[in-house]
Formats: sequence, C-alpha cells, structure tokens
Amino acid sequence: MDKLAISSTDLTKKYGERTALSHANFSVPAGTICGFVGPNGSGKTTTIRMLLGLISPTSGTGTVLGENISQPEKYLPKVGAMIEGPAFYPALSGLENLKVLATLGGFPLERAEELIGKVGLGDRGGSKFKTYSLGMKQRLGIAAALLPNPELLVLDEPTNGLDPSGIQEVRELIRDLANKGTTVFVSSHLLSELEMISEYLVILREGKVIFSGRTKDLLAGAEPIIVAVPEYEVDLTKLVKLIEDSGHTVALRDGAVHVTSSKEWAPTLNRLAFEAGITLASISTVQQTLEETFFEMTEDQA
Amino acid sequence: MIRVIRAEARKLRRRSLLLSTFATVGGLSGLFTTIVYLMINSKSGNSRRGERISALQLSQPDGLVYGFKLVGAFLGIVALCIFASQTAQEYTYGTLRNLLVRQPSRMKILIGKFISMKIYALLIVLFAGGFSIALSYALAGHAKVSTGKWSSHAALVILGQTTLNIFLSTLCFGTLGMILGLLFRSPISAIATGVLWTLILENIISALIANTAKWMPGQNFSNIGEGGSAIASYKYSLLISLLYLAAGSTLVAILFKRRDVAN
Repeated sequence: MDKLAISSTDLTKKYGERTALSHANFSVPAGTICGFVGPNGSGKTTTIRMLLGLISPTSGTGTVLGENISQPEKYLPKVGAMIEGPAFYPALSGLENLKVLATLGGFPLERAEELIGKVGLGDRGGSKFKTYSLGMKQRLGIAAALLPNPELLVLDEPTNGLDPSGIQEVRELIRDLANKGTTVFVSSHLLSELEMISEYLVILREGKVIFSGRTKDLLAGAEPIIVAVPEYEVDLTKLVKLIEDSGHTVALRDGAVHVTSSKEWAPTLNRLAFEAGITLASISTVQQTLEETFFEMTEDQA
Repeated sequence: MIRVIRAEARKLRRRSLLLSTFATVGGLSGLFTTIVYLMINSKSGNSRRGERISALQLSQPDGLVYGFKLVGAFLGIVALCIFASQTAQEYTYGTLRNLLVRQPSRMKILIGKFISMKIYALLIVLFAGGFSIALSYALAGHAKVSTGKWSSHAALVILGQTTLNIFLSTLCFGTLGMILGLLFRSPISAIATGVLWTLILENIISALIANTAKWMPGQNFSNIGEGGSAIASYKYSLLISLLYLAAGSTLVAILFKRRDVAN
C-alpha cells in the first residue's frame, strides 16, 4: 500500500444537533495531488481544520504525515496551509506579514523575501496588506503556505480571485511541487482545474464522503452523455418529454438536451426524434467531465 | 516561546501603532506634568479634583515623580486598549489560524503574546516617566521649584518605587484587556467593556454603595500605581488584583486551549 499523507477514520464533527462531518473515511497517498470537492457547507473546511488541529473531532480519528491529528505539533512544522481565504494583518506589509509567520515557525527571514518574489508580489511586498487586491491577497496566502517548504500543502480555494493567468500559475506551481514530492490537498470550486491536475479526489456531500479514490476511476465509471440539439428550439420541450418517456435521465443545458446513457442509444434517440417529427441539428456522445459527474453525484442524492 | 515573543514584537513595532501609542502617552504625560507646573498658582488647582500642589511640595524628593504619578493612572487604560485589541484582532482578522498552524501549542502563543505585551507596557511606562521627569526639570525654574532634592538617594528610591508601581498597575490593566479580548474575541467589545467598567461603572457603584471601592478590580489596579491609598493598602490591592487576574487568566486560558478555531 502507498504511504499515506492523510487518512481519516470515521472522522465526525457535530455542532450541537448539526453534524458538519459524519464518519468521514478517506485517504490521500503521499506525493499526489488530491482534489477535495463538495458543495458549500458540505464539510470541506471543517475537515481541513480538523486535519490541522484547529478544531477537535467529536469522534473518529485521522493521521497526517503518519502522526495522529490529536498531536498537531508533530506534523505541522512540515505542513503548509491556506484555509478559507488569506487572513493577514491589514496594517502590516505583505512581506512583514510573512516575516511574522517565518519568525513564529523558525524559518529564515530570507525565505519570506524569496517567496514574495516567487508568487509574483516582489514589487508590492512592501505595501500594506489592506491595499492588496483579492488576487494579491490570495498570492500572499499561497506564499505563507509555502514557508515551511512543506511535505504536505493544504490549499482551500487557492484560485479564488485570481485572473486566468494567475490560475494557470497556481496550477503550474501545484504540479511543480507535486513533481518534487509534495503532497497537495486542494479544495476548489473550479472542477475543470481539479480535473486537470488531481490524480485523486475526495468528494463530500452534506458532511459525508461520497467518493474517495482515483480521478480516472471516477470518470471511467461515469456513463457518457448524449448531447442532442434540435433544429428548432421550440422542439426542446417535446424532445425532453420523449427522452423521459423512454426512461432516461435528461437535463436541458444551453439549448441542448444532455442524456445520461450509453452511446449505443444515440441512434435510437435519433430515430425516436425523427418519428416524432423533430429534426436534430446535431447529436454526439461525450465522456462526462468531472463537473458533470460531480453534479450528478451531488444532485441525484440530494 | 522566544519565537512567539519575537513574532509578536514584529506586530507591536509597526509604525502606526508605535506612533499612535507613544504620541498618546507623550501627550498625556506632557499635559499632566505641564498642568502641575504651569498652574502652580492657579486658584482652580493644579492636580486632581482641584487639589493644589505647592512649589514647596514639589521641591521635596517625591516632587520629581508627581507628574509621572498623575499620568500613571491613564497608562493603564492605554495598556488595556492595546492588550485587548492585539489579542482580539487575531479572531476578527482570522489570523489566529495562521499562528496556530505555525505554532500549535496554544499556551505558548498565549504566554508569548503576554510577555511581548508586557515588554511593550514597560516601554510605555519608561517613556511616560522619562518624558514627565525631563519636562519637570524644564518647567521647575518657571514654577520656582527647587530641584536640589530630586537627585538625592531618597528621590531615586521613590522614582524606582513609583516606576515599579505604575508598571504593575499598567500590567494589571493590560492583563484585564487581554482577558476581555480572549473572552469577547472582538476588539471593540473588549475595549468598550473594559473602559466602561473601570472608568465609569466602578465609580458609580463605589459612590452608590459604601465600602465597595476596595473590591473593584479597576480601583485596586489604580491603587497599586498610587502605592496605596486611604481606600486600601498597597499590599491589599496587590493581593486582590492578583486574585482577580489569576481567576480571569485561568478561565480564558482554558477557553483558549479548548475552543475550536472556526473563524
């Protein structure tokens, strides 16, 4: 079995009557990029905070870099984290904020200067944090997470507020770190980004782990989608009813019907539409993306 | 622990905080000391509640620290505000989670923060004292106050005692601020509660109900700075203050250690 960077066994967190996370079981192999996804309020941040020792689990346990999460002092020196957006002192400069954390963690101050440049804040490192744009704040948060030269990097929504080139830079940075052996545990709402970089995925819904494993296994297990576009838009409703009557799941997106079915059903759909007097402008079969699979998994069970 | 103290010092030495703190302390110190000397012949008095301090009194060994003692009462409030805001801001800015990821021992964070603020409080007291004494020498001639006894051994002992008492008093107020900051997790609520209680409510309660002053934390903190008074002895105020602060610190230390960091 691969060496694990993170593992959780029945990890549960309750706030009074509300269960934020229920019996979560998942593992993240060391040296991989693992995407952590789930709708808002599904328990992602609660899980991350428990892994970092910020909140105590109600029950269950977990390990990070082989150490129990009840003893965060044993593993946190090797962990970098950005949790729920960057949080810094507004009256201090970006560089000074990093130096505060470098001093606290016992890292050389030169590391702070080096990282300011690495995340593209070199010329604004001396400006007060409160003057930063959201994208700049995000970059500073990533720099702070990189301070310990981490074995495990935990990033919660690292691309929030970044422009497309910033998103690409973060993607490259994550890949680069993973190539050097760093495990990256990253949550994001940009599922297309995660699909591109994540070898592993953990999916949460309403505080429960509904998938934990290889991304390619998840996508391979998902049924393909037949996308059909009628010649006339007025036929869309008629076409949807026709498909539903034949017992298939259908969704209407951007003027096209998306049918979850095997590709062998595509000719049947074409014939049924023709017999109903609907001319199809196009019909194609596509493999589900992570986003489509995610919606199917999280919506169907809701 | 030393890393926590040094990290806190980085935050405390930011220019805006340093300038505002030392300008306030310098301003208060200058104001009170100037009033004592420039209004020495005023019928409305030159000290607290219209009290008149003569040139002869100021010429005694304890005359050197008169202005310093007056400003000492206000240094506590300055410390209360700084300690409260520096503690509670970690919650409002969400920076506590960064601190705890880099230093998971919550007690080290708490104690390191306290030590660094204690050093800051000491600097405030020394600055206020130094400024007041320098001003006293500068204004003594104008007020016809003899400074001969100010350099005596007795004067130096009084100066040392006064500095220590004002530092302890300032520290008590500051610790109260820190306790309130940890309790309320909001700088505004912590400062408002601390200032309202020590400056207003305690005085109202003491005026309305006899013999309650000696039980009030703020009154006892101030009394330490005064070196004792008719309300309570110095030792009594030290003991009561210690009991209040020990109880409060224990409570917030337990809360800080156990509470989830969910913001």
